[in-house]
Amino acid sequence: MMVTALLAEEVSALTNFLQYTFLGLQKGAVYATIALALVIIFRVSGILNFAQGEMATFSTFITWAIWGDGRVPIWAALALSLVVSFALGASIERLVIRPVSKKAAGNPLPIVIATIGLYLAFSALAPAIWGTDAKRFPTLFGEGSLSLAGASISYQTLGTLAVLAVVVGLLFVLFQKTKIGLAMRGVASNAESASLVGVSVGSVLMLGWALSSAMGCMAGALTANVGLNGALMIAPLIYAFAAATLGGFDSPAGAVVGGLIVGLVAEYSADYLAEVPFTTITFIGEQLRIFPAFLLILVVLLVRPQGLFGKPQVTRV
Amino acid sequence: MTAAAAPSELPDTSSEVPTRPNRKALMIKTVLCVVGAVVLIQMPLLMDRSTTQRLTQVLAIAVAVLGLNLLTGFNGQISVGHSAFMGIGAYATAIMMARHESPFILTMMVAMVVAFAVGVVVGLPALRIRGVYLALVTLALAAMFPQLVVRFSGLTGGSTGITLEDTQQVTTPQPVNDLFKSLTGSRLLDNQYRYYLALVVAVVCFVLVRNLVKSRVGRALIAIRDNETPAEVLGVNVGAYKVATFGVSAMLAAIGGSLFVMNADQAVPSEFGIQVSIELLTAVVVGGVATFVGPAVGALALVYVSDLFPKEHPEYAPVLFGLTLIVLMIISPGGIVGLAKQGWARLVRSRSA
Repeated sequence: MMVTALLAEEVSALTNFLQYTFLGLQKGAVYATIALALVIIFRVSGILNFAQGEMATFSTFITWAIWGDGRVPIWAALALSLVVSFALGASIERLVIRPVSKKAAGNPLPIVIATIGLYLAFSALAPAIWGTDAKRFPTLFGEGSLSLAGASISYQTLGTLAVLAVVVGLLFVLFQKTKIGLAMRGVASNAESASLVGVSVGSVLMLGWALSSAMGCMAGALTANVGLNGALMIAPLIYAFAAATLGGFDSPAGAVVGGLIVGLVAEYSADYLAEVPFTTITFIGEQLRIFPAFLLILVVLLVRPQGLFGKPQVTRV
Repeated sequence: MTAAAAPSELPDTSSEVPTRPNRKALMIKTVLCVVGAVVLIQMPLLMDRSTTQRLTQVLAIAVAVLGLNLLTGFNGQISVGHSAFMGIGAYATAIMMARHESPFILTMMVAMVVAFAVGVVVGLPALRIRGVYLALVTLALAAMFPQLVVRFSGLTGGSTGITLEDTQQVTTPQPVNDLFKSLTGSRLLDNQYRYYLALVVAVVCFVLVRNLVKSRVGRALIAIRDNETPAEVLGVNVGAYKVATFGVSAMLAAIGGSLFVMNADQAVPSEFGIQVSIELLTAVVVGGVATFVGPAVGALALVYVSDLFPKEHPEYAPVLFGLTLIVLMIISPGGIVGLAKQGWARLVRSRSA
């Protein structure tokens, strides 16, 4: 009697654990996608794009507008929106970032402020055009789920992870196997040398922004089924920022690993650990969900200031 | 190639090569200072109540921006967490005034001590963590502050915040009122008194920061900003300076928060979130990074920017604000002060030629 009760408890603990793991991985995959977008821009240009999240929200509104409540199949709408976002990212680099960088002459602050300007503009633009009410957005991979050891894993979770895998795969091929990727890596390691051997640094930067913008569009479409409004990407951007920091701002692999870790830690600490006795993280509760993730990152950074996968910074005099 | 490692070419104000004394330039500067002082003093006597309150708000924010400018502009450490330090000042004042009826100046001093201590603790990781990585640590602080306030709602009043009752607010003390009456023949209204109090505090802070930056300490801070390694080689204790700057910067932000509550009579957690940190950073750059009047200009721009845009479509105002920021950065990365300096250089050149 006792034994079966204990066994049942153990099984349900395992089920819980799996459930939160799936949820954490799903959210983590979205954070990882945004973090990858941040890292791509940071690697090629040393710029931290504060507008990444709001650009993604705006792209998601475009997807929603094209979809038109089922008028166009959602995947077709998303494909079109990805193209639009790609063009949008490229034009932002050309029309905003490049003139500011040129004038700023190596000082990062004016560019930071320009991305804050973009943040403000995009965060207000979508609600101004389409209204502030939450929009219905389809679940990309349907509502069904698989059952695994008593826990259910939804198609959306599996799909989100698959999308992340595809994005990572495509980026790997792009960076490592193509001439454009070689140029991008060249610019990332030394823009001046790259331009001396004939790489068009401007085009590389435009491509970096375009790719990041398209990835934001993808990430937005994966999360918007909870209800699309202007605040869609505010929290994910902070988590993604945390993920990129954890992994190392110059490391795409770090962004992915960091995203998944941050997603898992946030879920475990807020939901899973809250139900396990003698782990007093209940204090943190719903409100401070982000706190354990930040704490973990602080500890990691104190040991490895360049993040888990980042290259140490070498300063020359 | 990271943002932090790149040697910054900020508009350098401290090491201007002394040129031939330009008497005309000196004269114009003196006239400007006198006119500025007269305007600052006369303002509350000429304006209505709401304008005075808004100007007091500008002064409060200017002190906070001054603190961030010291850290980011002169010492090269980017913080996205100064809203939390401002919030610490605001809540120290609000809690002490509402619950213990303490005098305002005392609450401000407590706020300064607490914020300095927290600032030093937050600054400690900066010894190892730099650039964007440090920005995340400060971002975490900014994200957590409003949530901590809500978590400890017994002390802080939760998400509705603390409102000061009429009897707890800062009012004109009787002796000051008597003195003012004997000089001008009219009463000094509460909002005017608050303005002058904020003005005195702000002027003291601005002068102290200016003197600090122009001193040996300031040269050390700038050397650290420009390149840490040679600074260290030349005998600057980089770690101590960076942590202390963080503390002083946090302290100034807390003074700003205290003044803010004195003026607004309330402290609400939503007014000290990440958004405010970003606004403070924006004000630093819009005013003019690493300049002495920049923070005041930036704070003025921050408070009054919404008036510049048409009222018919308020939902588009942030869009216009964002675009204005971008255009300003394209025209003048040195902010409004940078723009004014370009104009000034032209003016002086044409006059002395």
